[in-house]
Amino acid sequence: MPPRVNLHKCNGCAGLPESRCEEACPGDLMAVDEGTGKAFCRNTRDCWDCMSCTKACPAAAIETRIPYQLGYHKASLRPIMGKDRIIWKCVDINGQETSYEYRNRLKR
Amino acid sequence: MSNRPGGRRAKAMPKTLAEVRVEVVDCDLLIIGGGNAGCFVAVEAAKLNPGLKVVIMEKAEIMRSGACSAGMDAINTYIPEGKTPEDLVRWSRDQVGGGPLREDLALSNARELNESVDDLERWGLPILRDEDGKIHYRGKWDISIHGEQLKPIMAEKAIESGAEVYNRVAGTGLLMDAGPNGPRCVGAFGLHVRSGVFYVFRAKATVVSTGGAGTLYKSYTADSTDSGAQIWMCPYCVGSGYAMGFRQGAELSSLEQRWVATRTKDYCGPVDTISVGYKAPIINCKGEKVMSRYAHLGGDAAPRYIRANAPMEEWLAGRGPCYCDTRNMAPDKVQAMMTDYLNERPSFVLFLASRGQDVTKEPIEIYGSDPYILGGHTMGGFWVDLERMTTVPGLFAAGETAGGNPNKFVGGCAAEGKLAARGAIAYMKSAGSLPGPADPVFAAQVEAEKTRVFAPLLRGADYDGVTPREMKERLQRLMDEYAGGTSQFYRTNEERLDYALRHIAVLQDQFRYLKAADLHELMEAGETMDRVDVAEAVVHHLKARKETRWAGWQTRSDYPERDDTNFDCFVETRRDPETGVVTAFTRPYEQLVPGERLKA
Repeated sequence: MPPRVNLHKCNGCAGLPESRCEEACPGDLMAVDEGTGKAFCRNTRDCWDCMSCTKACPAAAIETRIPYQLGYHKASLRPIMGKDRIIWKCVDINGQETSYEYRNRLKR
Repeated sequence: MSNRPGGRRAKAMPKTLAEVRVEVVDCDLLIIGGGNAGCFVAVEAAKLNPGLKVVIMEKAEIMRSGACSAGMDAINTYIPEGKTPEDLVRWSRDQVGGGPLREDLALSNARELNESVDDLERWGLPILRDEDGKIHYRGKWDISIHGEQLKPIMAEKAIESGAEVYNRVAGTGLLMDAGPNGPRCVGAFGLHVRSGVFYVFRAKATVVSTGGAGTLYKSYTADSTDSGAQIWMCPYCVGSGYAMGFRQGAELSSLEQRWVATRTKDYCGPVDTISVGYKAPIINCKGEKVMSRYAHLGGDAAPRYIRANAPMEEWLAGRGPCYCDTRNMAPDKVQAMMTDYLNERPSFVLFLASRGQDVTKEPIEIYGSDPYILGGHTMGGFWVDLERMTTVPGLFAAGETAGGNPNKFVGGCAAEGKLAARGAIAYMKSAGSLPGPADPVFAAQVEAEKTRVFAPLLRGADYDGVTPREMKERLQRLMDEYAGGTSQFYRTNEERLDYALRHIAVLQDQFRYLKAADLHELMEAGETMDRVDVAEAVVHHLKARKETRWAGWQTRSDYPERDDTNFDCFVETRRDPETGVVTAFTRPYEQLVPGERLKA
């Protein structure tokens, strides 16, 4: 399931030893193109859609999408990471918005 | 203490074997795989002896690696007040239809379980509690958590414990020593998938905790879609730990008890979340409650393999599709259920949104998963002793890699990490000295493994050969159709298994055509060879159990009945490290916890 990188928002985490998405991906699928300086998914077919990259991106430049053969156009789910909380904003194909917020850490 | 970044991908790749950089790292304890079990090995080892040098070889990055990378919504075993470890073992035995299972391992795990889960809460994992402050049980043994951060929480503690984490180093094989009492494991080899460095870790003891094996079988969600990895198990756990040990002669146990589960349809998400957590009944297309058909076997509390297989039996009988009937759920329950999914598999919420589905109006469709080999859910893995040492001295196993002991889940894998750490540290005291680079046998081993691992890269992208993906998908189709995959409703027979073995032999012969364009593909080439070697073992296990004991997990069309006279025992395999020949045999079952076993 493909992560989609917004090329306007992504800066490839310049200055870091590796970009946050290539650090996070458990499948070694994210990389930064040396030419453009932007992140990309080297093989969307191998993606587990665990959303680790989407959570890790400091520029909120990554969106996880369900392939059309499995789910219709177009829904979105966006995580907003807090210190000990997480907020999710979900929009379904009919434009219906739902948000969820809860604690994901007891202490930090 | 350090967590070494994987770094960005190297621009230049070695063109010859001589250009491959080799680094030798010495340590007391090597942990292959920094997942659920591996993190607990590290923390326990530091507690027992803070002076030890502990190294974790991690294929991904430890904060988000392995089966817990997406998060978790429940811990499926935590012994409630008034119950005992023996009760838990009895329940576990019932879940696998009365066994066989390793009750010695199960008991030792159960005694360590609650303390390990308490560790997680002390480290910051939110465990849901009732208004009276007591832990909230969603089922008989399972408790709910907000585990979105479960993996980072465990990883932070492993790093704090002082372990040195080598991220993005994929294990390829074991380092062996002849030894006076036969071959023993003295470490492992690894490929750094970003820099291309070939690592040789020399260790007094090694724990393999690489997770189970997903992706041996094709998932139906891969047919005519852009998604080849939409499976329930983490698709980056491909069985490399099993393969590394098996190639060096470590005995594997019970791989024929595959984990097949009822999962959400078209998106392989968890179903216990709904059916157990929110008591949503499983119904067929006619609205009939499917589990009522199995009332004599326990109905909704029937053994796990029966519950897993039931919806697929409905399909076969022409009564599919099947659903988890969520239509009577109150809005606050729906909100809680969605939160559970966001904690474990967030993109399932996205999937429902992409279907525009309101679950209070339309029930959630379910179907069978592809089969997985998992020692933490079912019991396929290494045969280990009570100290969690495999049949290869110096090599220990914990979590999904350790066999014989099903229903461990998160808490049990954590507990087993502690047990393996204790076993490994006790072993070290008598381990003796390690072979060094001056030893010609050591040097020859390093050279041989380096040659094997880098061969696909040195052949290059333009070589007229086979990509790792092509071989992986060939294997997945073969296993699905001939070794009891989803398309065959998990059924197989002697002739199909023989067919599978013939083609697996061809694939093994064609390893010499594998090619890789870059280091990521080189990792994939190694993974694909590991898959093929583990698949060979799986087929031998399925062949050797000439009965049907756990329909769905293990169904033989040619032997449809359970045969207690011949098969109330463990099926084992061992591969001869010299010849590569696989032999299957049995080991007896021993009942330690009293009680009636074969109820179903």
